[in-house]
Amino acid sequence: MSAVPVVEQDLERVIAGRPAVRPAGLDDDALLALHRSLVRLRVYDERSVVYHSQGRIGTYAIFRGHEAIQAGAVHALEERDWIFPSYRESAIGLLRGLPASTILQWWRGHPSGWWNPEEVNVASICVPIATHVPHAAGLAWGLALKESDAVAVAIFGDGATSEGAFHEGANLAAVFRAPLVLLCNNNQWAISTPLRDQTAAERLSDKAVGYGMPAIRVDGNDVLAVHDAVRRGVEHARAGEGPTFVEAVTYRSFPHATADDPSIYVDRERVEAERGRDCVAAYETYLRDLGVLDDEDVQTVREEALAELRAGIQAAEDEAPGDPELVFAHAYADPPPDLARDLEELRRVHER
Amino acid sequence: MSATAVATRELMLVEAVNDALHVELARDPSVIVLGEDVGRLGGVFRATAGLREAFGEKRCIDTPLSEAGFLGAAVGLCMAGWRPVVEMQYDAFSYPCLDQLITHVGRYRWRTGGRMGFPLVIRMPYGGGVRAPELHDDSPETYYVHTPGVKVAVPATPADAKGLLAAAIRDPDPVVLFEPKLVYRTARGAVPEGEHVVELGKARRAREGSDLTLVAWGAMVAVCERAADDLAAEASVEVLDLRSLKPLDDEALLASVRRTGRCVVVQEAPRTCGFASEISALLAEHAILDLQGPVLRVTGYDVPYPYWQLEDWYMPSVERVVDAVRRVLAF
Ligand SMILES: Cc1ncc(C[n+]2csc(CCOP(=O)(O)OP(=O)(O)O)c2C)c(N)n1
Ligand SMILES: [Mg+2]
Repeated sequence: MSAVPVVEQDLERVIAGRPAVRPAGLDDDALLALHRSLVRLRVYDERSVVYHSQGRIGTYAIFRGHEAIQAGAVHALEERDWIFPSYRESAIGLLRGLPASTILQWWRGHPSGWWNPEEVNVASICVPIATHVPHAAGLAWGLALKESDAVAVAIFGDGATSEGAFHEGANLAAVFRAPLVLLCNNNQWAISTPLRDQTAAERLSDKAVGYGMPAIRVDGNDVLAVHDAVRRGVEHARAGEGPTFVEAVTYRSFPHATADDPSIYVDRERVEAERGRDCVAAYETYLRDLGVLDDEDVQTVREEALAELRAGIQAAEDEAPGDPELVFAHAYADPPPDLARDLEELRRVHER
Repeated sequence: MSATAVATRELMLVEAVNDALHVELARDPSVIVLGEDVGRLGGVFRATAGLREAFGEKRCIDTPLSEAGFLGAAVGLCMAGWRPVVEMQYDAFSYPCLDQLITHVGRYRWRTGGRMGFPLVIRMPYGGGVRAPELHDDSPETYYVHTPGVKVAVPATPADAKGLLAAAIRDPDPVVLFEPKLVYRTARGAVPEGEHVVELGKARRAREGSDLTLVAWGAMVAVCERAADDLAAEASVEVLDLRSLKPLDDEALLASVRRTGRCVVVQEAPRTCGFASEISALLAEHAILDLQGPVLRVTGYDVPYPYWQLEDWYMPSVERVVDAVRRVLAF
């Protein structure tokens, strides 16, 4: 028997569709706000794939199907709580007020894709796998040392759990009782590597036992299930009880990124089946059954999101290209003097 | 010129890497390939394509996502008698493996008093100019070449990619091969069929000249060749492709610079303590009286590799190389 509980939701139940019962603690406004966030993320992702095909953004990491994990988590947090995204959650800052143009610029390789994490409590996009887990542990721990009641959520993939940085961050967070939720997007693939080649553990949530922290395993396509799991992790953290591991089980039924050709390795039938379990459609059906959402609402929310993206890409494209000066900016508060000489020489040679 | 004509095939650089792996796995049953996505997918750049089909799952292995783990495992695989060829998916994603590299890969032979060998290879695509998101553009050769016990090679042509990789696999010591991803599919050339080995530690004169030597490796060799073209009316510029940073062909380097009397070193990596500094120091130590001007370095800058809309400002350009050459010539 393990000393800490692994709470496992009945995944089958959720896959089969939620009964039209109102969840405790979420009124109609909260349910609709969650829907709006899902749609904003969905539209951001859909448009980004199109923008990529039009050559308007660079290589892009698609997150279609993972919106429920992202929106579910953000809505379980307070604004003072921090989010540590990986590249897969690149647009999660939208839900904290970052303009779409900022995130689009990141994928356009433009330096105005930089944002100030402190303004939105969203850390920078982390590209190297799992290396942000210790950052989130440190931030959460550091806030607790200052007697803040804010918490942090780090989001990472199933593959990330194989990295040393994940292990070290999780262990450290548990030892220091850092107020952290470790949210694993288990989409069952790391590029072409399936989960069974990633771990011999039956469930990723079982790893939590070794760190002495509780785990909750939920259907990552069910936004309410993710919301509930993260909320419980957050409450546990705020109560000073330390970190929780949340495993959100989903499936990557789209390419890893725009540069990836999954036809070499995927199981087409499984992909088709998984696409039929779409998290946005499932939630819309649920809200309709509850009588909270109708076709018109869906249309309105979608159009707002499309307008947000149209304005975002326009703003991004209207921006002047970055000046060479930015190559040398920001690495140091107090730059060594040779950087200024380098810039001068670069301008002389390129007459800029 | 060899007396017997060697059959060649026109290949892209990444195809030449793949060819070398096929040939070496067929030649030596103790050679195995491991890394992230090298098996089912055949590598994100297709460098390991077809290996799993040809040699089976046990010789082309998809590892968990754990660079320190699988490089450390490669040390153990060597102890068990294998010759692992480890792929790091990208330059900057090799950083987690540096712990194993520095504390073990480069030291284990030494630690056994030379009794045990660690014939492992680390290969990785490296370098910028590919319009990729953050940390897909680094040139980390310095970290590796600075590590005692480790050899480092960097091909610039398809034939050298094949030959240096084969040499690395056959070498008794750990060798790191940096593959210039910028020219993975644009550098094309004749590649000898079958077994082809390019000895480590031999530079290649990519272009002959008498007024100045441009020294480079990897993707910067082509930049130097273009600069030499642009300067053709003004000066006769030699281009020396080092091919191997450790062991370094200091004889070829010194012979060339003694002859031309001038040298500019071009590297993509940040300047401070980059390998260009090493070349510069060697010339100061051994060729000071042959030099007719300062040895200049054209390098990336001492800042994180920029977001890609700015990367052309960061990468050494033909213009910057030409400018440096003119400054040395005018000295
Ligand atoms: C340290 C490191 N190694 C390798 C990579 C290359 N890489 C990018 S995404 C990826 C797979 C990640 O899988 P997972 O953690 O499951 O997240 P997902 O992409 O499925 O969201 C790999 C290997 C990387 N970014 N960082
Ligand atoms: Mg995954």
